[in-house]
Amino acid sequence: MYHSIVLVKQVPDTANITGNVMQDDGTVNRAKLPAVFNPEDRVALEMALRVKDQFGGKITAITMGPPRASDMLRECLYMGADQAILVSDRKFAGADTLATSYVLSEAVKKIGGFDFIFGGRQAIDGDTAQVGPQTSEKLHLPQITYLEEILSIEGRTVTARRKIEGGYEVVRCTLPVLVTVIKDAVEPRPFSARRVMSHKGAKSLLEIEKMAEGNSLLYVDQLVHEFESRGLFIKTLTMDDLKLDPERCGVAGSPTKVFKVESVVLSGGGREMVEPTKTGLGKLIDKLMDDHILG
Amino acid sequence: MGTMTSDVWVFIEQRSGKPADVSFELLCKGRKLAHAMGGSLKAVVLGDQMDGVVTETFRFGADEALVIEHPALKQYRTMPYGRILSDLIRIHSPRIVLFGATIIGRDLAPRVASATRSGLTADCTDLQIADVAYLRKEYKNLLLQIRPAFGGNIVATIITPENPVQMATVREGVMEMHPLDGAVAGRVTKIPYVPDPEDELVTIIEQHREENRVNLKAAPIIVAGGYGLGSKGNFKLVYDLAHALGGEVAGSRAAVDAGFVPPERQVGQTGVTVRPKLYIAVGISGAIQHRAGMQESNKIIAINTDPDAPIFGISHYGIVGDATEVVPRFIEVFRNKLK
Repeated sequence: MYHSIVLVKQVPDTANITGNVMQDDGTVNRAKLPAVFNPEDRVALEMALRVKDQFGGKITAITMGPPRASDMLRECLYMGADQAILVSDRKFAGADTLATSYVLSEAVKKIGGFDFIFGGRQAIDGDTAQVGPQTSEKLHLPQITYLEEILSIEGRTVTARRKIEGGYEVVRCTLPVLVTVIKDAVEPRPFSARRVMSHKGAKSLLEIEKMAEGNSLLYVDQLVHEFESRGLFIKTLTMDDLKLDPERCGVAGSPTKVFKVESVVLSGGGREMVEPTKTGLGKLIDKLMDDHILG
Repeated sequence: MGTMTSDVWVFIEQRSGKPADVSFELLCKGRKLAHAMGGSLKAVVLGDQMDGVVTETFRFGADEALVIEHPALKQYRTMPYGRILSDLIRIHSPRIVLFGATIIGRDLAPRVASATRSGLTADCTDLQIADVAYLRKEYKNLLLQIRPAFGGNIVATIITPENPVQMATVREGVMEMHPLDGAVAGRVTKIPYVPDPEDELVTIIEQHREENRVNLKAAPIIVAGGYGLGSKGNFKLVYDLAHALGGEVAGSRAAVDAGFVPPERQVGQTGVTVRPKLYIAVGISGAIQHRAGMQESNKIIAINTDPDAPIFGISHYGIVGDATEVVPRFIEVFRNKLK
């Protein structure tokens, strides 16, 4: 029986970025972008599910993000997570990886009693791969990054293969451990139709409040209790819930600042168009041969 | 933290005792940064019996090497390396610490940044020292950390204005690497290794490494394909052309993600940075993400159906046309010329 915490992130779909999503301060207006489940975090959740399938236990998915990240948390429940927690507060906005890892590590401490923390190697919006190791350091845990495969779990020891430059290494580690997985580690399972039916009604506190708004017959506390008892409550943890130091959260807790942002200007000039004909290509190849680049 | 210095540190990465090129590239860049601030350049060397590597760091510009040697440090492991480096940074408070954006660097740097509560910017493509005005305050000699961001659509300059230590990881092959002229010697400062029980939480059981399975960085001719080729079948054209020209095959991130070409052949911000004599981009639109990895190539030829593709903006020769027609024709014409 192992308890796995899975760190997940809802990310803007970086394949669909246009100019107007960038704000003047250099940050990104995420509200203007389609949001998706970070691909490698989905792989991390699958890895946790396989540990649970084999050894039993439970899975807690957590994310730090805006309220709409509940959509992704519901997807975690559809895949098989036992509970989902939204760590959310306006004061978390603008966090860099250091501030994010502080908040996540405190949320993990609050959840407690875990054997594994799984996360994707990196998120497609920043590609930094920093939050995993930074969270691990703050929890004084060992880490296995770039994990390709868990080879065995025996008692309090995990043996795993991880990627290294030009190859791989097999490492053995004492639990608890934080693991980040690479994209090809395992194929994430599709949503279970049964779980979609049973969990599509899962709601966060904010969503329950919205439900109660304008309906005098509904009381938030009562609804929360009802959702909780049916395993459909997406718990929200705020800065106050976690008793966090505001100086270490969000913009205030982020040492790195975006100083400026530029759209890339192409150098242009010097370009010569070549006709895609035999004559055109022949001239180009002659030139490259004369310059000793080809031949 | 001690008092603020103007020193630049470079973490010297070694794999089984063999130093990584990126560490020397960073020493060359680090020397310029240190001079701009009036500080000195220090190489931080962890490993076992590292004399040869230490001498090399002086050849690439280090004024001093901080050396921690012990059999327990022979192979890189997160826990001891992270702990030792964090302790050294707390004691000496360097102004800048640079790491290669390799698997080791990306495992280690965030751990150290977290322990020392420093700012860290990943995957920089350029670093500069400048005086900066930010939020109505003036800062002297800040490190400008320049990196493509958001799928490569923009270039962001990141600063760490209020922190004593500024950290960055830098991609391999981005910075130029050239040794100093003549014999150079630096100061060697040996620091004893004090074991800690946490060091042994993770043990390495076995390691397999194939050196230079694909060596794009050394290839004089590279033919790269993109998502625009449409299918793995069409991507074979890239292999055909590379074979005909005696070049290596590469791909854009989109082509790698689509499974057209294996990840070790990816050129760009999250892949390899190359500067060959000739780079032929086939069906690559040319997001900055990709351009960051190849725009220093001596000659660039772009083949694309879309005349407005950004790749044409940085090419020396542009060919508008369908790769399935242009590439076989190119091969045919080239083969005839060789006869």
